[in-house]
Amino acid sequence: MSRSLRRLWGRSAIYLVLIAFALFFLMPMYVLIVTAFKPFKDVSVLTMWELPQGLDLGSFATAWGRVSPNFWNSMQITIPTAFISSLIGSLNGYIFSKWRFKYHNIVYTLFLFGLFLPYQAVLIPLVQTLQALGLYGTLPGLIMTHCIFGIPITAMIFRAYFAGVPDELVDAAKIDGAGFFSIYRYVMLPISLPAFAVVIIWQFTTVWNDFLMGLLILNNPRLAPITVAVQNLAGSYFVEWNIQMAGAVIAAIPTTVVYLSLGRLFMRGLLAGAVKG
Amino acid sequence: MAQSKALREGGGGAALAPAAPARRRLSLPRGDMLLALLALSPSIIAVAVFIYGFIIWTGYISVVNWNDALPTYVFVGLANFARLFETERFRIDLRNTAIFAALFITQCLAVGFGLALLLDQRIKGESILRTIYLLPFAVSSVVTGVAWRWLMTPSSGINRLFEYVGLDFLKSGWYTNPRIGIAAVTIVSAWQMSGYVMSLYLAGLRGIATEIREAAAIDGATGFTLYRHIIIPLLTPVTLSASIILGTYSLRLFDITAVMTSSGQGFSTDTPAFFMFQTTFQSNKFSQGSAIAVVMLLLALLLIIPNLIITARTEKNQ
Repeated sequence: MSRSLRRLWGRSAIYLVLIAFALFFLMPMYVLIVTAFKPFKDVSVLTMWELPQGLDLGSFATAWGRVSPNFWNSMQITIPTAFISSLIGSLNGYIFSKWRFKYHNIVYTLFLFGLFLPYQAVLIPLVQTLQALGLYGTLPGLIMTHCIFGIPITAMIFRAYFAGVPDELVDAAKIDGAGFFSIYRYVMLPISLPAFAVVIIWQFTTVWNDFLMGLLILNNPRLAPITVAVQNLAGSYFVEWNIQMAGAVIAAIPTTVVYLSLGRLFMRGLLAGAVKG
Repeated sequence: MAQSKALREGGGGAALAPAAPARRRLSLPRGDMLLALLALSPSIIAVAVFIYGFIIWTGYISVVNWNDALPTYVFVGLANFARLFETERFRIDLRNTAIFAALFITQCLAVGFGLALLLDQRIKGESILRTIYLLPFAVSSVVTGVAWRWLMTPSSGINRLFEYVGLDFLKSGWYTNPRIGIAAVTIVSAWQMSGYVMSLYLAGLRGIATEIREAAAIDGATGFTLYRHIIIPLLTPVTLSASIILGTYSLRLFDITAVMTSSGQGFSTDTPAFFMFQTTFQSNKFSQGSAIAVVMLLLALLLIIPNLIITARTEKNQ
């Protein structure tokens, strides 16, 4: 076999594997979407792979009727959390990377531990504390919880980003008489848009997709986030697959849209964070 | 930048500097440094209370007898732990976690590394493929669980697909078969996380300078040898951090099984996280639940502490 022919076979094999995996990753999305567009009478184990007869919006209408309050709850939880988290994170990242106070490494390491924490180890005191503060079962209680447990990851992303900003820039600003806050405001903030994008996307996705904290803290079905509502669509004895799938599609839309439209920034942040460890 | 850091650290190095007067060592942060610490302090307090304080409090609850709705704080030593380890369900959970972690981490590393390697061969449409591979990562575990619960229904889903293409022998009971149980869930989780691992490896590969590859090629390392002896060793840090992230995921496993199977038949898909949640918040056995949480925390520490030491050591060496 000639060399170029062998190369062609090799390249084709690579593309074949890559496309096969792409199909595998898309398979559940396909099932979700086609089932969500079928009326209940057409949902059958035998025809689950077949395309719907037409675009029946009945399942979406029913699902939306049941989960729309929860969809808006999730918005009210997620958007403030993403913005507050990124503000806190940018300040912390700035301090950890440019104001190396004594023992800053130990403090930072103690922060990082939060990334690996099994949340079960804090759930009981969390409920007790939120109850004592009158925040248990409220959206602000959940927002506060997400913001606090977001401190480690947001500090890490911003610290990695600000580490790439030359110290000379900060030193020059100091010589020009800039203090702690004006360096943050006029030197760091204006150049940190990409890091903000990463953190906002990250927190938006994490908080929108959260199930455990929402289940625990918002035990009232009216206040529950969308993830809990979609799970509740399963009912206790009889699952209307088309409706639960439509609910799942609705729940997946915001994060998917954010990911597809800002995915490039997200990837960049992910990669930057990964390389720097 | 590295140079300036070396200069700065060299300048303050203990070997060169004259013995600092004791007064200086006691001095408190002033001016902007004080402002920096003040600005950080709300976060320090939040982390201290909500992470470390809460862990200590959970530890305390695990040694008292609060196993009813109303709190009671009578010290009972390790009785909750003793009872826990005598519980069949908990032993199954620990085994499930071990099986899950082993299979899940292997799948993610293999698929993630393989895809990154293939994507790094100047592929047309790389960004589309990358987007597709990472898409599951953007979708919640609840959505994932809903889709896969249907895909792994024995009378339908993947089994039906196998029938279409004549691979009937591959048909499986998936999570409904207690002998497979948690192993079926690893496929779902690997579906969710492989793309993320792929992107970590891809970043690692892109971070290996072309010069290194060229130098290796001049030394005769090409193809398999290049990967075996140069690329894979250079990617060890990525493998390590990916393993820790995936290990943490394994310990936290809750959402997907809660949606797909709950505990499964004979607890075949049960996890410590799910057991803890039910014990504590459905059965009101707070001390018993805390004991589960403490065991989970110890397992997490086993995973993290070596990593923190390695990170601290490399940072010091740099």
